[in-house]
Amino acid sequence: MKETRAAQAAAHETAARPAAVGRIHSWDLSTGVDGPGTRFVLFVSGCPLRCLYCANPDTWHMRDGRPATVDEVMARIDKYRNFLSTAGGGVTVTGGEPLLQPAFTAAVLRRCKEAGLHTALDTSGFLGARATDSLLADTDLVLLDVKSFDLATYRRLTGGELAPTLNFATRLNRLGVRTWIRYVLVPGWTDDLRAIDGLARFLSGLGAVDRVDVLPFHKLGAAKYEALGLPFPLRDTPAPAPELVQQVREQFLARGLSAY
Amino acid sequence: MTATAAIGSRAAEAWRGFAGGRWREHVDVRDFIQANYIPYTGDAAFLTGPTDRTRTVWEKVRALFPEERRRGVLDVDTATPSTITSHAPGYIDRERELIVGLQTDAPLKRAIMPNGGLRMVENSLRAYGYEADPFVTKVFGTYRKTHNDGVFDAYTPAMRAARRVGIITGLPDAYGRGRIIGDYRRVALYGTDRLIDAKRAERALLDAEPSTEHVIRDREELAEQIRALGELTRMAAAYGCDVSRPAATAHEAVQWLYLGYLAAVKEQNGAAMSLGRTSTFLDVYLRRDLDDGVIDESRAQELVDDFVIKLRIVRFLRTPEYDALFSGDPTWVTESIGGIGEDGRPLVTRTSFRFLQTLYNLGPAPEPNLTVLWSPRLPAAFKEFCARVSIDTSAVQYESDELTRPYTGDDTAIACCVSAMAVGRQMQFFGARVNLAKALLYAVNGGRDEMTGEQITPAMPALTGEYLDYEELAAAYDQVLEWLAATYVNALDVIHYMHDKYAYERIEMALHDHPVHRFMACGIAGLSVAADSLSAVKHARVKVIRDTTGLAVDYRTEGDYPAYGNNDDRADALAAGLVESFMAKVRKHPTYRDAEHTQSVLTITSNVVYGRHTGNTPDGRRSGQPFAPGANPMNGRDRHGVAASALSVAKLPYEQARDGISLTTTITPEGLGHVPGERPANLVGILDAYMASGGFHMNVNVLDRATLEDAMENPERYPELTIRVSGYAVNFVRLTREQQLDVISRTFHGSL
Repeated sequence: MKETRAAQAAAHETAARPAAVGRIHSWDLSTGVDGPGTRFVLFVSGCPLRCLYCANPDTWHMRDGRPATVDEVMARIDKYRNFLSTAGGGVTVTGGEPLLQPAFTAAVLRRCKEAGLHTALDTSGFLGARATDSLLADTDLVLLDVKSFDLATYRRLTGGELAPTLNFATRLNRLGVRTWIRYVLVPGWTDDLRAIDGLARFLSGLGAVDRVDVLPFHKLGAAKYEALGLPFPLRDTPAPAPELVQQVREQFLARGLSAY
Repeated sequence: MTATAAIGSRAAEAWRGFAGGRWREHVDVRDFIQANYIPYTGDAAFLTGPTDRTRTVWEKVRALFPEERRRGVLDVDTATPSTITSHAPGYIDRERELIVGLQTDAPLKRAIMPNGGLRMVENSLRAYGYEADPFVTKVFGTYRKTHNDGVFDAYTPAMRAARRVGIITGLPDAYGRGRIIGDYRRVALYGTDRLIDAKRAERALLDAEPSTEHVIRDREELAEQIRALGELTRMAAAYGCDVSRPAATAHEAVQWLYLGYLAAVKEQNGAAMSLGRTSTFLDVYLRRDLDDGVIDESRAQELVDDFVIKLRIVRFLRTPEYDALFSGDPTWVTESIGGIGEDGRPLVTRTSFRFLQTLYNLGPAPEPNLTVLWSPRLPAAFKEFCARVSIDTSAVQYESDELTRPYTGDDTAIACCVSAMAVGRQMQFFGARVNLAKALLYAVNGGRDEMTGEQITPAMPALTGEYLDYEELAAAYDQVLEWLAATYVNALDVIHYMHDKYAYERIEMALHDHPVHRFMACGIAGLSVAADSLSAVKHARVKVIRDTTGLAVDYRTEGDYPAYGNNDDRADALAAGLVESFMAKVRKHPTYRDAEHTQSVLTITSNVVYGRHTGNTPDGRRSGQPFAPGANPMNGRDRHGVAASALSVAKLPYEQARDGISLTTTITPEGLGHVPGERPANLVGILDAYMASGGFHMNVNVLDRATLEDAMENPERYPELTIRVSGYAVNFVRLTREQQLDVISRTFHGSL
């Protein structure tokens, strides 16, 4: 039901939009957190999921984004091309959910590849089916956010289903697309060690997964909720203790994965 | 004749195994280094930790710091104006010290240097509860004129007014100008006998010249230089060191070099007393002794550690106002490390690593001001080590070797923060800086001061429109800057004439070639405020709010404007244009001793004081609010991360700001990467990319705001917390509260 609603909303938002124009929220430069090295990070607008811990509620709606052509985005990126190459970085398309605008995202990734830049796609995988093989061929690295490995928790946490993400992970593996898993550790939500071990076992079977980043939940997005007049559902949830973060990392390590 | 023969045989022993020719015949340290150094491209694994001896000596000094911090100064000799030979030898721990020599007869005991100005000495003493010695007061008040007296005899009313309102500040008119780097390596390589011979030869060349004012001055200065070298020899002898001959071992090389530096800091209370570029020079000696089996790695590191201990305790007597301006008690003992030679070989040696290792062996500290001359072509392992040290200590700064080398060669050292000069061949007249943001307000107000209403420039028409018109403002601004450049350069000429006359740097200049190349180092502050203000007027609408006398006192900005610091040419070009235009105006005015005009975009930490003296600005900055430091984008307005911010700064043209362009960056640890092990490589990437993009300088702090906030509340827990502020580093807990808040309000490049 929820999946249908989310998928319908997604279909509605992307209908009849030319590839050359996307809806973007903002851009930024970051180092070592959105893929390797210093990266130009393009935040696109619109996301079919409503993760309770979302740090970017201002990227939920595509309609709130600013229309931008691929040329315009590339002109911006071009100003950083030498910097990014020298710094061992590249471009990461994130959001929001980039696969909510698959044609636009594909065009940006293609143009970046043509410019000789390393490309990364940061996605929940919920709309993985919309990523064409050709889009993935232009993607050097997928940052795949797996929100939970427990079906019910996933649904309650995100409003969507887990299966598309796992299918996407399997497909990435089959295509040999290098993949980093991002796992946000939220006390009381995603700290169930059995579920984590299930995820670790699943991932250990995927040769294309190079590493798992365990990201401690934080509340830096709380101010954005306030600004939008929205309640922050996890206002009272604490950040995980460093010991717990370490324990979760070790669970991934125990299954032979690289985990940080 | 016999002296020369004696020099010859002693040199043969001291120089055993050294290669090359020219440097033997001429005083040419660069030639010696090039002929003898061996680049090191390996990693840091060979380094050793502190020995028990090093720990013991360092602990003895450290034990004095809390008391010094509490009282401001630990002790002062109020009665003895300091000269090279004025004080008996002093020691920290005579049995254990490897490198000896203190400024006075006890560690951290400060000396008075009244040649710069008696009032500065008296005020400093009074501030710390000491009485000025009546004899000193009488001598320097009655019989011996000071630099400060001379300057005020020759200042014009316009210069005094510009100084009083703070549109020109920090002028070295009451204290030592500093920023002159003696080539202290010469003492080790040649010994003072040979250096005196060389100075005599330089002087003899003037004998046939007609006695013009210039020639007379040169002859007198050379005589003073020769005298100072003699005094250095005597001072060293009191410590049991015969520096009349060349150093014969690594231990002697470090010791001789330090004694040369010590002579300078015994006689000059210069704003910046920088060391030069010594590590790769010393490496030649350390390697020779290591190869001969005379010393082992642990001993080599001990020598460097002991040397650095001495550099860490250089002290000057200064007023609390001076310390407030410059954040703590900085001495700018800048040591330049690394770089690439003109032949393409990296100038990185094991001793480059050893100097950085002192930050681990002795703990982080602001001095010496360790400065890496960075190039993407440096050996990868060295770059990685530098980045690791930065991440662990926030005590290193980086300057572009690729930008300096074409101008000042591969034996360049940084004086103070960002001033590049060829060691021993070039010197500068330090010129502090003018306030470009205040000048912009003068353009609106027809040269009246926005805080006092006083007419400071010759009368010019004020802008009268309800909204500021960009073309009109730009034209008026240009006029104010013309006036400012003229007043400024003429004031600097006065200052440096008097400094040469009354407080000449004898020993530092004895360690330079004659004739020397001089720079007139002007400077600008408030660049980002001025550029953003122009951008606001150009790209948004700025309404002027005037008081009853018609004085513009505030501005309302309607709409958004692109701010400098986001790699947006619309704003960045305004900043670059200001740098170019002010440099061109400065160049119109003749300089004392035909010095070559340069300028810096550097505030030291006077960005706080400048801000305090500048009213509301059209960019939205409130009256009294600090400027951003140096060439930094205004705090919080660089919104797209460190790369975008740095690329804006990299657009400022180095050829129009050859005295340096300073960028101070603070990145949170997480902002350099989720995985700690990857952070050094990520920082290397940022430095490589910034310098490859034309960036000149980057101060790298790796800190989070919470640490600084905690240090404000619990200073006793952070005695060693070192942060880079503006071309140098300070102990965070020694900053004034206002400065601490300024640092905390700066942009922290992190990640969400």
